[in-house]
Amino acid sequence: MSPAAQAFASRHRVKWWEALPWIAGIAAFFAFPNYLSFGTQVLVTILFALSLDLVMGYAGIITLGHAAFFGAGAYTVAMAAAHLGWTEPLSGLAAAALVAGAIGLASGYVLLRTQGLTLLMLTLCTMALLEEGANMGARYTGGFDGIPGLQFAPLLGAFPFDLLFFRSQYLYALAVLFACFVLVRLLVYSPFGQSLTGIRENVLRMHAVGAPVRARLVIAYGISAALAGVAGALFTQATAYVNITTLGLDRAAGVLILLILGGHGRLYGAFVGAIAYMVLEHVLAKAYPTAWQLGIGLTLMAVALYARNGILGLAEAVSRRFSSRRA
Amino acid sequence: MGFVNLAHGAFAMLGGYAIVLAMQHWGWPFPAALALGFAAVAVFSAVIERLLYARLYRASELDQVLFTIGLVFVIVSSVTLAVGPETQTVVLPEWLRGQTDLGFIRYRTYSLAVIAFGTLIMAMLWLGFERTRLGAKIRAAVDNRRMAESLGVDVRRLFTLTFALGSGLAAVGGGLGAEILGLDPQYPLRYLAYFLIVVAVGGLGRVTGVFFAAALIGVLDFVLKIEFPQGGTMFIYALTLVLLLWRPQGLFGRRAA
Repeated sequence: MSPAAQAFASRHRVKWWEALPWIAGIAAFFAFPNYLSFGTQVLVTILFALSLDLVMGYAGIITLGHAAFFGAGAYTVAMAAAHLGWTEPLSGLAAAALVAGAIGLASGYVLLRTQGLTLLMLTLCTMALLEEGANMGARYTGGFDGIPGLQFAPLLGAFPFDLLFFRSQYLYALAVLFACFVLVRLLVYSPFGQSLTGIRENVLRMHAVGAPVRARLVIAYGISAALAGVAGALFTQATAYVNITTLGLDRAAGVLILLILGGHGRLYGAFVGAIAYMVLEHVLAKAYPTAWQLGIGLTLMAVALYARNGILGLAEAVSRRFSSRRA
Repeated sequence: MGFVNLAHGAFAMLGGYAIVLAMQHWGWPFPAALALGFAAVAVFSAVIERLLYARLYRASELDQVLFTIGLVFVIVSSVTLAVGPETQTVVLPEWLRGQTDLGFIRYRTYSLAVIAFGTLIMAMLWLGFERTRLGAKIRAAVDNRRMAESLGVDVRRLFTLTFALGSGLAAVGGGLGAEILGLDPQYPLRYLAYFLIVVAVGGLGRVTGVFFAAALIGVLDFVLKIEFPQGGTMFIYALTLVLLLWRPQGLFGRRAA
């Protein structure tokens, strides 16, 4: 087998370092017992960024409205718990995935015939419509203030959520993230995932070889929306509230920024980006609220100009340079 | 120019600040302050364009979006640091206050002046783009940069000029609108969606398109908010959604070749 073919044949195999994030995740549980609330937020954000990576990094769909699905999942769980008494967490996640996925499929079916700035605007408008809907339907959604003080049944009937130390929430989020990650990893290395990458790289050629481009994109969009919905549901279950910021442009732009910062189209970019962005924000934002925004702005400009593949892209370039020198 | 520039609102805000501060601290009259805002922002944006934007003309839309969002953050926080987070107020000169009798209706003088001035600028822009040599060069360079360069058009200089002009006009817009829209450091982020909607609906690269889209959206948004106050901003987004699905290239945009 030629080296190139070998690389293609073996790249889906699990490498030793892929265990590191999960070991770190479990280690963090014991090392930082006082920061588990923050850790849970990071895990939720990683999952959200991962769902965006599927559409943006792999399928090449640029969207500014991904928080629509995060919010859809969050509101599904919150409204089911507040109005229907449906407080079982795991089935809540499934319901959130179904609702968000359905919205994703429906909106993707309509929107994905466009591209570029038009698509960006259409996704933004879809999200704004949902946000306005949540704002207006105050009887069901709590309007601008959202629904605070939700009660959820204990996890698997044995582990209650505690809002003081977030112990069960953290492990729950870690487990859900792991399950979703395995799913996404399988997906991007499957023939389906390969065809998404093909569409990103050269749409015309994919049309020419007879790939059903639009159907593939819509399905990827739907799957990604469902994952974002799971992230939103996790957010609501962990923090026991939902409000309108789960649907806002801030959240959509924030997740886009941190994914690019980490490096899109490479699975672990979501991890690196979410951790780097949120830790920096957590540490700096309290001390220098204005300078923090300045720093984020400068970082973004630098990434757009010099490091288009984010932190992981830089790391790859550095390691490639080292290995080529050794050879 | 075919660049996804989310920082346009930030230039408008900078212009607004330059105008307001020139009037407050140096006691400049309103028209002179407007001219100063235009000139200051045009020069500033020309520098930024030459140094930074020029590297990204051939980059993907994603990189352009990212870069300009970053620029917005930088400008927003710089202004907050330098001037402070509070809202700035514009003190209008005597001759623009009060109301004017138009014969059939009495209306705010300032609003009338803004409408007249805006129409004048639009007319000049339209004439400039469609009827002058410079406008023809710009349109040619946007449509096919390499061909225009082959024919001897200095596209680099042309784009810098166009960009400076666009940002300067944004500055004037920021100054004129400050009285109506308010002026504070969060301004570019708050109106980002509106600017984008107007441009996307009007169609890129069409001055007349932007004008009609702005008028259409402004009027519809206003009327619908009065008629159905409970609808909030929902209509504007729904409308944009439908319009863009119907005509992805914008109402007046040309079909992509």
